[in-house]
Amino acid sequence: MRYGPYNHFTGSRMKRGEMYDVVIIGAGVIGCGIARELSRYDLSILILEKEGDVADGTTKANSAIVHAGFDAYHKTVNGQMNARGNPMYDRLAAELSFPFQRIGSLVLAFSEEELASLRELIDNANVLKIPGVEMLAPETVHAKHANLSQEIRGALWAPTGGICGPWEFAIALAENAVENGAELALNTQVTGIQKTDAGFRLSTAAGGSIESRVVVNAAGVYADTIHNMVAEPFFEIHPKRGQYFLLDKAAGDIVDTVIFQAPTKAGKGVLVSPTVHGNIIVGPDAEYVEDREDLRTTGPQLDYVRQAARQSVPNIPFGMNITTFAGLRAESSTRDFIIGPADDVPNFINAAGMKSPGLSAAPAVAEEVVKHVGVALGGELKERKDFNPHRRPAAHFAEASPEKQAELIATDPRFARIVCRCEYVTEAEVVDVIHRKVGARSVDGVKRRARPGGGRCQGGFCSPRVMEILARELGTDMGDVLKDGPGSYILTGRTKAVEGGM
Amino acid sequence: MQHYEVVIVGGGPAGLAAAIEARKNGAQSVVVLERDRELGGILQQCIHHGFGLVVFNEELTGPEYAERFIDELMELGIEYRLETMVLEVNADKTIRAISPSDGMIEIQAKAIVLNMGCRERTRGAIAIPGFRPAGVFSAGTAQRFVNMEGYMVGKRVVILGSGDIGLIMARRMALEGAKVLAVAEIMPYSGGLTRNIVQCLHDYDIPLYLSHTITEVRGKERVEGVTIAEVDENRKPMTGTEKHYDCDTLLLSVGLIPENELSRGAGIQLDPVTGGPIVNEAMETSVPGIFASGNVVHVHDLVDWVTEESRRAGAYAARYVQNKLVEDASVIASRPGDGIGYVVPHKVRPENLNDKLAIFMRVKEVFHDAKLVVKADGEVVYSRKKRHMAPGEMEIVQIDAQKLKDLKPAELLVSVEGGETVHV
Ligand SMILES: Cc1cc2nc3c(=O)[nH]c(=O)nc-3n(C[C@H](O)[C@H](O)[C@H](O)COP(=O)(O)OP(=O)(O)OC[C@H]3O[C@@H](n4cnc5c(N)ncnc54)[C@H](O)[C@@H]3O)c2cc1C
Ligand SMILES: Cc1cc2nc3c(=O)[nH]c(=O)nc-3n(C[C@H](O)[C@H](O)[C@H](O)COP(=O)(O)OP(=O)(O)OC[C@H]3O[C@@H](n4cnc5c(N)ncnc54)[C@H](O)[C@@H]3O)c2cc1C
Repeated sequence: MRYGPYNHFTGSRMKRGEMYDVVIIGAGVIGCGIARELSRYDLSILILEKEGDVADGTTKANSAIVHAGFDAYHKTVNGQMNARGNPMYDRLAAELSFPFQRIGSLVLAFSEEELASLRELIDNANVLKIPGVEMLAPETVHAKHANLSQEIRGALWAPTGGICGPWEFAIALAENAVENGAELALNTQVTGIQKTDAGFRLSTAAGGSIESRVVVNAAGVYADTIHNMVAEPFFEIHPKRGQYFLLDKAAGDIVDTVIFQAPTKAGKGVLVSPTVHGNIIVGPDAEYVEDREDLRTTGPQLDYVRQAARQSVPNIPFGMNITTFAGLRAESSTRDFIIGPADDVPNFINAAGMKSPGLSAAPAVAEEVVKHVGVALGGELKERKDFNPHRRPAAHFAEASPEKQAELIATDPRFARIVCRCEYVTEAEVVDVIHRKVGARSVDGVKRRARPGGGRCQGGFCSPRVMEILARELGTDMGDVLKDGPGSYILTGRTKAVEGGM
Repeated sequence: MQHYEVVIVGGGPAGLAAAIEARKNGAQSVVVLERDRELGGILQQCIHHGFGLVVFNEELTGPEYAERFIDELMELGIEYRLETMVLEVNADKTIRAISPSDGMIEIQAKAIVLNMGCRERTRGAIAIPGFRPAGVFSAGTAQRFVNMEGYMVGKRVVILGSGDIGLIMARRMALEGAKVLAVAEIMPYSGGLTRNIVQCLHDYDIPLYLSHTITEVRGKERVEGVTIAEVDENRKPMTGTEKHYDCDTLLLSVGLIPENELSRGAGIQLDPVTGGPIVNEAMETSVPGIFASGNVVHVHDLVDWVTEESRRAGAYAARYVQNKLVEDASVIASRPGDGIGYVVPHKVRPENLNDKLAIFMRVKEVFHDAKLVVKADGEVVYSRKKRHMAPGEMEIVQIDAQKLKDLKPAELLVSVEGGETVHV
């Protein structure tokens, strides 16, 4: 058996078989956001996640845009949640210390028809009171953004659009929730939910059972499966895949704001945007897939993304691509977010259908769900006095000034040992993310938290070092370190020289 | 601020040769800064034989080759610092580095030689479709796991790309008991040395499929299989030519890229073809007093030529420090002509040459019975018939320095004439 060490955070209560006030299924940005909001109150909370890490579903593969909110229609739940969620990001980023930048966004129009759709977006923005949204003339756009196509006829500017690190955000939420008493069980797949007198009994793939008064369904592309375990089916999730390119930092200044294309009948277009780490992200396409694990990239769709992106930024340097990846949108058959209790099971609360802009909306969704949990538990939730909204910031050597770097090295010489030569991640940072609450247990887990391997060599240089550090810090053998989830083993045994005792 | 005459960035074979030669040519204070825990660079993981035929006239392993230079470095008492990562090189020849033992280090150099080597191209750089499971390694990373850490990376292996590291790893994995199913190469010719194709593939019955690429990686957690397909002349996979392999490992040997982040930071001009600095006959970059050699300038297939080039870089750096390098001399531009991908050096000041000018280059295609010709403003100064030339094997041309001093041409043009291009 090849398993990395996991379930370090498995709840004490779970072991004792006691009942929880709230169990949240799914540790994506939605589930983690809900857990963190709930951890303000005097409640026993457990998050269940089938994967070996938090933020391992859709939250790790999306565009990472904190949408201003002009796009989602004001009469929909996702429109309202997006408009409410976006302004909450500044405070959250300050409290939880995750990467977030309000760099604004442009929607480009290439035809009269597209200009008309921009005007509709502005009307929508006005109803939702999205600040500062305005139409720009092509000259104005080109004066600031030299690399954009000469063909544009106009653009919508939204100053409050932003970018974030989605998995860093979710990890920070989970860490803060756990610091405030929430419990987290990884590698724990929910396979059944039964109603009981006091609430629910959840069964897991490993054979355990967990009792809870309230269940929150934040299971992403599996939210319908979870819902149907206990409530009358009324929606289906249809995974819609989106594929991306991620370009090297050396291409990082090709655009300095999020560049969308005007929505048309054919679709929403492809975006080109900086990432919080200085790379350029290009994508996504949109394609329904059957399999909810089908994260394949495909030649034809990548070609489509390339071509579509060139319409906005003609000389985009795809030669500087460092990785391609895909994410699955949890599109609901109701075509909107589903937030609230199931009609027939009041203590079972859905946070489902979290397609885009689910990330942008996540802070508002969490507030909404907390209200529903309050109702389900029969009234006012009691605030905890000792709730700490702050997460200890991590030191980022690469981003520090030379003086600060010298200081860091003086406090811990491991800051002078560069593990990842592309992103200049130091050993001290890797060790820190392993030992934090909700710490990294795999190579990808370390990468999501501290970024070694996220750069241009994609781990070629640093993965042996990261594995060595993981093994050392967790007291296991390097041969047992996983890339990500169970089954993602990296090494297959010792060489003859070692086995032969040479 | 610490002061040195010559600072060498990187302690691989290039850095070692440059340091030794700088000292032998009169530089007093020389220091080698190396980020790894030992000197020797990539050679330390190349435990196979095949190094040193030109320089030592014998076949050594990578570590043995490195050892000879490390020994000489020690004998000469040249200072070196390990676990010392250079973070910044500036045009004013200041350097910022860090190490766990010395903390933050600031150095003012009189001359700098950049010897940072290269890194491997990744899956992303070639955008292979499919899942992104464990079990996809660059060949060099796999080599490190197997040769340095003592771990195997897989049992059934397909290799994409026929660069030398991939070929060497095919043999290494086979020797370790893995089944190497195939090597797929997108180009109609191999990217590696002929001797490696014979010794690493033919001798182990490993098939090499030219004009083939990987069209899909299967397996969600760990590689479960790959599909390869033949490509047309535009390198697009042709439907109907797919072959499926059940395997747990995919190794990538799809090229090396000179590691020039530091050079960029110093404002050094780079050649878009090589990915390395534009250099002159002294291996001096566009920033006076900053030299470069080895894989950081262009990817070499034989370490002997790294050594040769780096000896020059080190010697010229010492001359620069002693103000013996003629800086405002007339400059000849050396350029790639028909059939040639790139040439190094890019510029030549004949006044600084000793007896010969060595030009390193790669051809763009496979040629049989063609002539390699160098013309100085149209006049032939070198011409030699070559039975076989391939992009995977660097070509070297030596030109009499006196000729250049007499002719003082504006341009040296290197081209391939006659012969036939071959699609193997
Ligand atoms: C291509 C694409 C682009 C996007 N771009 C943006 C954007 O730019 N801006 C934006 O705001 N939004 C964007 N989104 C949407 C955003 O990414 C999602 O709304 C958000 O990540 C959803 O988070 P989640 O927590 O609901 O889902 P997930 O992150 O998928 O989390 C659900 C979790 O539930 C777990 N789970 C499932 N079943 C079980 C079970 N039985 N037992 C235990 N655990 C289980 C899963 O393993 C998973 O970890 C995009 C989405 C996609 C796919
Ligand atoms: C797998 C493989 C097989 C080979 N097989 C053969 C063969 O059979 N025969 C043969 O002749 N040649 C062979 N070669 C080629 C030969 O090994 C290389 O050409 C040679 O090692 C290049 O030398 P270098 O010094 O330029 O680079 P490297 O050996 O890569 O050395 C660069 C050094 O610089 C250091 N460095 C980089 N950045 C910094 C920084 N910022 N601060 C401090 N230090 C830094 C690195 O740690 C490294 O030690 C092979 C190469 C490889 C990769």
